[in-house]
Amino acid sequence: MSVYREITHNGLWKQNAILAQLLGLCPLLAVSSTMVNAVSLGLATILVMGLSSLAVSALRSFIPYEIRIPVFILIIAALVTIVDLLFNAYLHDLYLVLGIFIPLIVTNCIVLARVEAFAAKHSAGLAAYDGVVMGVGFVWVIGLLGALRELVGQGTLFSGIEMIIPGATAWQILPEDYPGFLLAILPPGAFFVLGLMIAGRNWLDHRANERAKARLLAQRAASAA
Amino acid sequence: MHSSPHILQPASVRSVMTKVLIALLPGIAAYVWFFGSAILLQIALASVTALVAEAIMLRLRDKPVMLYLGDGSALVTAWLVALTFPPIAPWWLTVLGVLIAIVVAKHLYGGLGQNPFNPAMVAFCAMIVAYPQLMSQWPRSGFNTLEPMLHAIFFSDRQLDALVMATPLDALRTILRDPEQRATIAGILGSHATFGNIGGHGWEWVAGGYLLGGLWLLQQRVITWHVPVAFIVTLALIASIFNSINPAYFVGANFHLFTGGAMLGAFFIATDPVSGCTTPLGKIIFAAGAATLTWIIRSFGGYPDGMAFAILLMNLLVPLIDMNTQPKVFGHKAPPRSPRSARPSPQGGGSSLERSGGASERKPDA
Repeated sequence: MSVYREITHNGLWKQNAILAQLLGLCPLLAVSSTMVNAVSLGLATILVMGLSSLAVSALRSFIPYEIRIPVFILIIAALVTIVDLLFNAYLHDLYLVLGIFIPLIVTNCIVLARVEAFAAKHSAGLAAYDGVVMGVGFVWVIGLLGALRELVGQGTLFSGIEMIIPGATAWQILPEDYPGFLLAILPPGAFFVLGLMIAGRNWLDHRANERAKARLLAQRAASAA
Repeated sequence: MHSSPHILQPASVRSVMTKVLIALLPGIAAYVWFFGSAILLQIALASVTALVAEAIMLRLRDKPVMLYLGDGSALVTAWLVALTFPPIAPWWLTVLGVLIAIVVAKHLYGGLGQNPFNPAMVAFCAMIVAYPQLMSQWPRSGFNTLEPMLHAIFFSDRQLDALVMATPLDALRTILRDPEQRATIAGILGSHATFGNIGGHGWEWVAGGYLLGGLWLLQQRVITWHVPVAFIVTLALIASIFNSINPAYFVGANFHLFTGGAMLGAFFIATDPVSGCTTPLGKIIFAAGAATLTWIIRSFGGYPDGMAFAILLMNLLVPLIDMNTQPKVFGHKAPPRSPRSARPSPQGGGSSLERSGGASERKPDA
């Protein structure tokens, strides 16, 4: 049980693919202009990560060590092609918006990094769980980034939701005459917001460390007395 | 106790910043004379915002608030933001610009002395990217009635038709690029009320005011001659060369120098000791590069003025320029190639081959 808890903690926070490892920044920065786009790409990434970790882990004793990277990439590429065709068939509008970034999941460092660092060395169940949790870690960060950029940039949330659920409409959070903040939607805004999020994570970690240290000192003082 | 020579060194951040503020006054006076007192309101708004933001950021960073607040650097940033923004910009645009300058460009990068980019120019670029329309609405020359300007600043229903006009640089470019009109520079400059004797009508006097204040700063030794001279000479040189090649398409040097932010940039922004170069040769390269980029962006770009982008782009190069322009240390034969190589090795001039060999040996450990 504790193995799964550790994997969860690592994926969501401690070794979070974006906030701690800064992997996969290209899709992160390019697609996170609205929350719907960001979360959709994130969900596609979860699917790919879970399946590719599972596949690589199951096949790991058959893959020659020397050519493992090309084989991993082939496996990942096959899975991405499936996801790409699924998007094209069932969520065509969204597929047009996300465009090249679905096929580019193949080159997303997060996927290969987890496959190489974890899936190739662990059993299939653990590997699949790790892939999914790492994907969830990616989704919450890219989703939050997309939500912040959309909210600051145009004052809405869930714009473009009609591409997934027909008939649904976006939420207008800020007043209608909000002038917008184009910079948040343009690429520099993605860097700014991501930078602030990483700073926020570091600050939370720093505070937690300080508190743990204070608690330890208090305990020691109590035991000494 | 100072080391010899024992000359009184009165230059503190506070006195330097006060002198910069005083030097801005002639330009502001001309501004008020030609475009009304709305700019004073913007300056006041920017100053209050800057001081409040500075105090909050200092508090958050556990720094002594009153000590740093009194140094005046936040006020200089605020004034530069107000002077580079249109005087009829909505109040929240000025406030947002100052917040970006103080909070993001200054304190998030480590506060006074640590910021790699000029805060006022970061604010200008962020705002012109985010709100290109609002940042391009400048008051009509000769229009200095306060009431409609106040309305434009404080209310969202901005009735601007009678009030707004493109800046001289914008007007010139728009007409030149319109193939229908087949206009030449000489014809345009003669025919429009936007243009004055050498630059924009009214704006040339504002630029003159900045020039005057800048010369006083030089005389007070707050700034050195390198930056302003290199900036003005380079801009004038490039503009003259292209003007003599094709006078119908490229406007002359005096127009470039006396429109937009050229004078403000040459004396007050490119001379920023924090985000600019520190070595004498570096200052010249920095200013010449900024002037060249300004001319390129003005002549071929789409933004009203290129100065802000030019300064930020050169800010990026400052570490590189500074590292390669270290002055020769007295008594040394060859100038050290970079400050890093000059510092650690006691025998001084090890060849670069040895040094790179050492670096590659160290690699496996790291």
